[in-house]
Amino acid sequence: MPSSAPTSSAAKPGLHRRPLVARLLEGRDDRLLVITGLGTPTYDAAAAGDDPRTFFLWGAMGGATMMGLGLALAQPDKRVLVLAGDGEMLMSVGSLATVAMKRPANLAVVVLDNEHFGETGMQPTPTHAGVDLAGMAAAAGWAKTLTARTEDDVAGLVEAARTTPGPVFAVAKILAEKLPFVLPPKDGAYLKDRFRQAVLGTV
Amino acid sequence: MSEPVPAQPTWPDDIYRALKAAGVQQVCHVPDAGHARLIKSCEADNAMQTVTLTTEEEGVAMVCGAHLGGQRGVLLVQSSGVGNCINMLSLPSTCRMPFMMIVTMRGEYGEFNPWQNAMGLATEAVLTAMQVVCYRCDRPEDVGPTVANAARFTFEGGRPVAILLSQRLIGAKAFVNE
Ligand SMILES: Cc1ncc(C[n+]2csc(CCOP(=O)(O)OP(=O)(O)O)c2C)c(N)n1
Repeated sequence: MPSSAPTSSAAKPGLHRRPLVARLLEGRDDRLLVITGLGTPTYDAAAAGDDPRTFFLWGAMGGATMMGLGLALAQPDKRVLVLAGDGEMLMSVGSLATVAMKRPANLAVVVLDNEHFGETGMQPTPTHAGVDLAGMAAAAGWAKTLTARTEDDVAGLVEAARTTPGPVFAVAKILAEKLPFVLPPKDGAYLKDRFRQAVLGTV
Repeated sequence: MSEPVPAQPTWPDDIYRALKAAGVQQVCHVPDAGHARLIKSCEADNAMQTVTLTTEEEGVAMVCGAHLGGQRGVLLVQSSGVGNCINMLSLPSTCRMPFMMIVTMRGEYGEFNPWQNAMGLATEAVLTAMQVVCYRCDRPEDVGPTVANAARFTFEGGRPVAILLSQRLIGAKAFVNE
């Protein structure tokens, strides 16, 4: 093996997840509704700033994208952004087909793809072996798909996540970093009530 | 032998009317023959979004997302699909969200296919264990009122509910070539 060959996924180029998620949420207004998949994406969004219009999942693995679909259909004038881990997304690969069938223009999913189950001890996921989630979404018929790998791709990623007519499916290749926990509120009834209060004006 | 059932039962129309009266706007399903007529009515209704799922737990999450956005949803499944939902049912119960599913039962009265029995016979126990309140229907005249009251129970009270449409009501699947 040549000495320059990467020896682990951590040696591969990739984006830093915390500043990336901060960029994705920067300058958010009332129109942006966010759902985060369990594990590190929830902590990344919390690190970017708590907000009543972010619904933080602490469980229900595999449910983030479909929650996003139900929300996007109910609120067609709002932008719905789902931030999911690759493990979360792989558990709900069927929802790539379900969403593609409904084609919600106001839904974007960004997969924070560290190619590992970070939360549970950094076990590699299938994306580590080359499974291409954006390719799967493209084949399913999502309106816009992309994979961001370097800083140069970030502006396009942010635009796709926030404004491009969807459904948008974007994979962000990020480093497999173990970062400090930043924990948002975890009472689901509270998270739901404050979200509805902010969006609907009533619980 | 199963009892003869009317060729065109009208209780699916009673469900549709009860869902309309309750203001349900999102209907998702993995189809079952017992839901076919209801699905058709929902698909023909421009005020309803009908979504075909790849697996039933998607529908649990979708209906909860609808609630976050201020719409009411319902999930239509066969009893075997309840098994696919188990962990996702933690979402409405943890978040105290309204959630309604309508389950066509298999593996009971007059079942011909033994592969349906395991999940069909466990359905109510599994739902109850996941804190989903079950309303069972055996008679056609009970269906409309049961759906109406289940809707009231969950949308007013924020606790998940399942309506179990028994195989005695639906009629056992025939498995005969026509
Ligand atoms: C149904 C279910 N299976 C397994 C787990 C354990 N679990 C918690 S987080 C997680 C992995 C999350 O990985 P990923 O979505 O890639 O997020 P990351 O933390 O790597 O960003 C797993 C498997 C769970 N909570 N629920």
